Amino acid sequence: MDPTGGTAADGVQDAYQDGNVLAGPLSEIFAVDLTAAMSRCAHCDSTGAVATLRVYGRPPALVARCPSCGEVVLRIVRSPTNTWLDLRGTVTLNIPMDTR
Amino acid sequence: MPIVSRGFHGRKPDPGRKLPPGQYETFDFPVLSAGPTPRVSRDDWTFTVTTESGTRHQWDWGRLMALPAEHPTVDLHCVTKWSKFDTHWEGVSLDVLLEDVETEAEFALVHSYGGYTTNLPLEDLLDGKAWIAYRYDGEELAAEHGGPARLLVPHLYLWKSAKWVSGIQLMLEDEPGFWESAGYHEYGDPWREQRYQGD
Ligand SMILES: [Zn+2]
Repeated sequence: MDPTGGTAADGVQDAYQDGNVLAGPLSEIFAVDLTAAMSRCAHCDSTGAVATLRVYGRPPALVARCPSCGEVVLRIVRSPTNTWLDLRGTVTLNIPMDTR
Repeated sequence: MPIVSRGFHGRKPDPGRKLPPGQYETFDFPVLSAGPTPRVSRDDWTFTVTTESGTRHQWDWGRLMALPAEHPTVDLHCVTKWSKFDTHWEGVSLDVLLEDVETEAEFALVHSYGGYTTNLPLEDLLDGKAWIAYRYDGEELAAEHGGPARLLVPHLYLWKSAKWVSGIQLMLEDEPGFWESAGYHEYGDPWREQRYQGD
């Protein structure tokens, strides 16, 4: 898979955003900022900050993919009344805690 | 402070056209994907129908082109709330592709290059309601809109019209697809506003 997410040959760049766009929807659910957490990919076992995931789609549905293997790590669907958070592509989330 | 868009490019929505609930009319063709755009050449493209017994029926590009084409003009309704009237397509009816397929299945799971899936009742693919579409607005279907070929099933929300379609699995029991397993409605009828599970 082309790590730039697009194919230079045909000049088309696939649009994705970095994982920081997950901060808003995740802050509706979690008290800590999960974009600083380290996620381990269930597909390739690589680890990186949630902020470095590649996010496709737009509200109400976002897909966060692993920058190493391209597989889905996390999905969020937000309806007016519910949030679905799908973490089947995540082995662990290592979350820095505020110890002050 | 909400600002209501009255349509793009200075065109006004046609008040004579009926929109499904919660939708607005757009005149461009927004691109929305769950991942990078797969690049599949026509030479490499195949479409495979697999029955519940495992029997496979496969078409390559040449065999697809040899089948009778239809030219449906349909309205599109995306769950992200845009609708687009009178879109022009060319493709092969699923009635033709499934004509010689023997099956007792009631459900279909549609597969795409890139790993996307979506599920729907088999009857929603039949009786002139669905196509494998390979031309849009007189042009070859662009990769960002699902080319070389996509499913077109316009009476359901557009996430059911799988881009980059690679095959259809016929099944005795329903199985949720990519979005249906993450909160989207199992059926997705825009006229009943079936956006999310429980709608
Ligand atoms: Zn990975």
